[in-house]
Amino acid sequence: MIRFSTVFLSIFLFASTAIAIDTDKGFDDPELQARYTRLIAEVRCVTCQNQSIKDSNAFIAADLRREIRRLISEGKSDAEIADFLVTRYGDFVLYRPRLSGKTLLLWIAPFLLFLIGSIAIVRVVRFRMNQPIDDDLIDEGPAS
Amino acid sequence: MNRYILPLVAVVVMIPILILGLQSDPSKLPSQYIGKPAPQFNLPTLKDPSRALSSADLVGQVSLVNIWGTWCVGCRAEHAFLMQLAEQHNFPIFGINWRDDRQEAQQWLKQYGDPYVASGFDQDGRVGIDWGAYGAPETFLISVEGRVVHRFAGPLNQAIWDEEFAPLIAGMSQ
Repeated sequence: MIRFSTVFLSIFLFASTAIAIDTDKGFDDPELQARYTRLIAEVRCVTCQNQSIKDSNAFIAADLRREIRRLISEGKSDAEIADFLVTRYGDFVLYRPRLSGKTLLLWIAPFLLFLIGSIAIVRVVRFRMNQPIDDDLIDEGPAS
Repeated sequence: MNRYILPLVAVVVMIPILILGLQSDPSKLPSQYIGKPAPQFNLPTLKDPSRALSSADLVGQVSLVNIWGTWCVGCRAEHAFLMQLAEQHNFPIFGINWRDDRQEAQQWLKQYGDPYVASGFDQDGRVGIDWGAYGAPETFLISVEGRVVHRFAGPLNQAIWDEEFAPLIAGMSQ
């Protein structure tokens, strides 16, 4: 049984490398390659919106990977590459949209909701603490 | 009574927001170029590589830019309607032939008719990306000044034309 699962696992573990999406030639410089891999994981595929272009084999994802590789080899910074994408496809294309007037609410909403919730809890608790204790509600036990 | 007012207000505010959320289709991305000049491009034409179609050609008249390819099913679906538009109207339709094979694309136009004044041949797909295209077909309405007025992603038909394009064209100076 152990042998079977070893064989089974090794087949499928190797199979997963055989279906790698990005088949283009990478950068020789490992630092650039790491940057490239990090960037494509943060870009949404615009036709298959819940995948990054790293994970998608849609043609548009392949084209965007190629463009990002070109921009990196032209020496563009991460911010310039993000600009390139946002100009064409909007903030939506980045999984971590940049902070701007349009995305401000998106970024601060969790903190805002947390603040509103905290204030509500504090106020309710304070209100309840200041309520006079209603004697009728106190069970004094069976009358002796 | 007072204690019901806040929840009531919250519900009244939330309902329209949620209804709007239900109606918006997240797979339809808004174009980033609405009101802005059309993206710059310069492509060899599909029929004659020695001639060019560029963004300069979009200035001077109201026009349509249609991104298409022979690989695209929706393009085949809207083709007859594009032919009809080209016959009925005097504004030019420019094509951007996206990620296609030149021979196949030329054959397609021979077989089904050519609604385009000219098609730029965007073999590696870079111009399509510059236009923010995320699929094909996509159709852009361009003003006299060469600005993008409207973008529709998907196959065009008479109903969409009447609803989205016709009123905009009627309101534009030709």
